[in-house]
Amino acid sequence: MSDHTEAILSAVREAGARQCPLYISAGGSKQHIAGRRCDAQILDISAHRGIIDYQPGELVMTARAGTTLVDIVAALAAENQILPFEPPQFDGRATLGGTLACNLSGPARPWYGSVRDTVLGTRLINGKAELLKFGGQVMKNVAGYDVSRLQAGALGTLGIMTEISIRLLPRPESTITLCYEMSAPESVAMMNQRAGQPGPLSGAFWLDGKLYLRISGAASAVKHTADLWGGEQLDHVQDLWAQLRDMSLPFFAGDKPLWRLSLNSSALPTGDPAQTLIDWGGAQRWLRGEFSLPELQRTAQSAGGHATLFCGGDRNSEVRPTPGALAQRLQRRLKYAFDPQGILNPGRLYGWL
Amino acid sequence: MSGTPPHYHQALVERLQHCLPAHCLVQDTESQRVFDCDGLSLYRELPLLVALPETVAQARQVLQLCDELGVPVVARGSGTGLCAGAMPHPEGLLLGLSKLDKIINIDPLARTARVQPGVSNLSISEAAAAHDLYYAPDPSSQIACSIGGNVAENSGGVHCLKYGLTVHNILSLELLTVAGEQLTIGSEGLDSPGYDLLALLTGSEGLLGIVVEVTVRLLPRPEQARVIMAGFDSVAAAGDAVGAVIAAGIIPAGLEMMDRLAIQAAEDFAAAGYPRDAEALLLCEVDGTSEEVAQHSTRVSELFRSLGASSLTVSTSEAQRALLWKGRKSAFPAVGRLSPDYYCMDGTIPRSQVTHVLQEISRLSGEYGLAVANVFHAGDGNLHPLILFDASDQQQIERAEEFGAKILELSVAVGGCITGEHGVGLEKLAQMSSQFSELELLQMEDIKHAFDPQLNLNPGKGIPILKRCQEYRALPNRQQHE
Ligand SMILES: Cc1cc2nc3c(=O)[nH]c(=O)nc-3n(C[C@H](O)[C@H](O)[C@H](O)COP(=O)(O)OP(=O)(O)OC[C@H]3O[C@@H](n4cnc5c(N)ncnc54)[C@H](O)[C@@H]3O)c2cc1C
Repeated sequence: MSDHTEAILSAVREAGARQCPLYISAGGSKQHIAGRRCDAQILDISAHRGIIDYQPGELVMTARAGTTLVDIVAALAAENQILPFEPPQFDGRATLGGTLACNLSGPARPWYGSVRDTVLGTRLINGKAELLKFGGQVMKNVAGYDVSRLQAGALGTLGIMTEISIRLLPRPESTITLCYEMSAPESVAMMNQRAGQPGPLSGAFWLDGKLYLRISGAASAVKHTADLWGGEQLDHVQDLWAQLRDMSLPFFAGDKPLWRLSLNSSALPTGDPAQTLIDWGGAQRWLRGEFSLPELQRTAQSAGGHATLFCGGDRNSEVRPTPGALAQRLQRRLKYAFDPQGILNPGRLYGWL
Repeated sequence: MSGTPPHYHQALVERLQHCLPAHCLVQDTESQRVFDCDGLSLYRELPLLVALPETVAQARQVLQLCDELGVPVVARGSGTGLCAGAMPHPEGLLLGLSKLDKIINIDPLARTARVQPGVSNLSISEAAAAHDLYYAPDPSSQIACSIGGNVAENSGGVHCLKYGLTVHNILSLELLTVAGEQLTIGSEGLDSPGYDLLALLTGSEGLLGIVVEVTVRLLPRPEQARVIMAGFDSVAAAGDAVGAVIAAGIIPAGLEMMDRLAIQAAEDFAAAGYPRDAEALLLCEVDGTSEEVAQHSTRVSELFRSLGASSLTVSTSEAQRALLWKGRKSAFPAVGRLSPDYYCMDGTIPRSQVTHVLQEISRLSGEYGLAVANVFHAGDGNLHPLILFDASDQQQIERAEEFGAKILELSVAVGGCITGEHGVGLEKLAQMSSQFSELELLQMEDIKHAFDPQLNLNPGKGIPILKRCQEYRALPNRQQHE
């Protein structure tokens, strides 16, 4: 539980001097998912961990990037608070830094916000081995560009985050899960209709012919909404949501490639329902099977979103669609602004970055 | 404007006449005066030209032309900004987006609205009301301010404690680069591959690109909402009550505080029934299903009573709720009636520091001999001290500015920041270095270069430019007070 900032700084300085790129690793839980394969020398920052400041009354926590989510969640539980974005904990190995770098959020995301939405500030080391601080520990801060949120989904290609401040939520007083038997298209319609009504929805996913709705909040509101919405009330299903969050449901097992589609939540489902899991109230869809990225990207694009090869498959080629020339140019320039020598996680996000 | 016009003046005028109809070009000084400042009227400047495109294609052409001729471009929405962000550049073009004011589409099932940048914040919620939906961020200026301006400032409002700021409530943008190229940022999904340009652009104050379309998320209108208003005998007691609500596990839809001077001004203005004798006032809104609202309003009332509230009112109708908010939402103009001018600060602090900071502000108020009314987004720590002064007295202007700067430095010193929602603009440039190191400012400058290599978008605002920019065009008379 100690501060290794100096050691990380000197590792980046040395990598720069020797022009020897680094692959940033903490818990190692996401090395083979989310991005492309990166063969650079591993910089293990897992020792840089520990909660630095936690003020339950401010709903704010600051922790070192290598802190595991399990440790954070345990500290929050003692104060009856939660991480709003319900991130995958991946056997306890997932860290706060890796979660923000991959922008991974769980079932509550459409209602409580993503990890990107929750971040208030970061300290990071850029490719020039400069230690920089952006944002802060307060809820609102619009001084300067939002460099903290820019790290979300950048897969560590712009900087090594060392400290992260996040906003927290009180634990909802009560939670009920409702279950309905229906087809995928019916479930998408229902998820969107319910999300448009003023009930305290906090999760909505469809798998194997069943729609699961989770409602959380004040006990009175949860009970009233459950009565109003009908369906079968499931007891003791905390595990079900935890497995969905951690991607450990049987649906995710095996080594068929796993594709992620991020879409307009109301888009009609396509593809084989047996190989599909619909989460985030329709906005995130998982697909198993052998597809080509351009083929799935066409489908996703017509539904207002994009496809990624999240896990498995060929991780030496692109796993995300290649943006147009202008977007490429701007992203290259941004990369250059943070990491002119290309030291940090080269190729992890795109082959050309 | 002073001195000789820049060499490109003639060419710019001639070629603009080819891209824009005559009524979209404002050339004469008298007609340009309405554009010479934003909501912070201490800072004024006349532009070389004002262009008011009616289509995105026209806006593109204007930008292409300015890029070719090296003309500075300042975007303007409704001009309600409070940091001189939309103040014109004397050698540049002011690009007004107010004529791009159409609501393109509302998708009730997916709960989104696609709108042009000049659409006012409130009119989105008005249009969505037919579907029982609304756009959550509600700046007090929402009748007037534009959604493009909201994106550029990452604006908040009294309901952002629960529902977030602009950055949490938008899905995508159509952006024009400084060279007039068009780019879609974000998507209809909840995230996009690659760098999160949506986050970077939100709050970038017109320095990285021009927003010409916004897709916002809409939320279902809560079944019910109720305001609990409580008066307290001290600011400290009100501060404790704020902490107690959060500690009870309730995230109110809004949680606002006002001090004595602000209470009285607002009551004179809106006659909302505020307790004139209270030292501090809390307005706490709880919303949700009617059961939830009943449960939470009972709990909050109990908390306020047990923490010594000297008066307590719970709204019983929509009309009463609206009236209680009216006092708060008109606090700035209300305070404005107490004095010829007021200067609104925007620091954010950790909630636990509120008593200390308000005491310090009161001490400084004595030191500078200028009264202050405090309006405060208490739930999220965003302070709006309003410094009262008379702008016809140059000395008072200087004292007000120095006092304001002290408040911002104090906010940083207690772990907060210099601006929670109003932005840096021209006004807070000097305070940027109290919040950021030189290396941090240089990193931001590099980001600016990535989007705008010639530094032609809103030059001289937002980020102090420190180095290697001898070509950089500073504002000639940085602060022209009138
Ligand atoms: C009485 C009053 C109350 C207020 N209350 C609040 C409040 O509660 N919360 C809050 O956050 N703010 C508040 N404000 C501040 C202000 O209303 C907001 O900052 C608002 O978002 C500005 O919008 P605008 O359209 O007026 O922008 P402008 O003032 O015209 O411009 C603001 C900035 O945005 C840039 N810009 C404008 N349009 C675009 C575009 N399309 N593309 C790129 N850049 C653009 C400009 O260059 C400028 O830097 C208040 C202001 C007043 C006067």
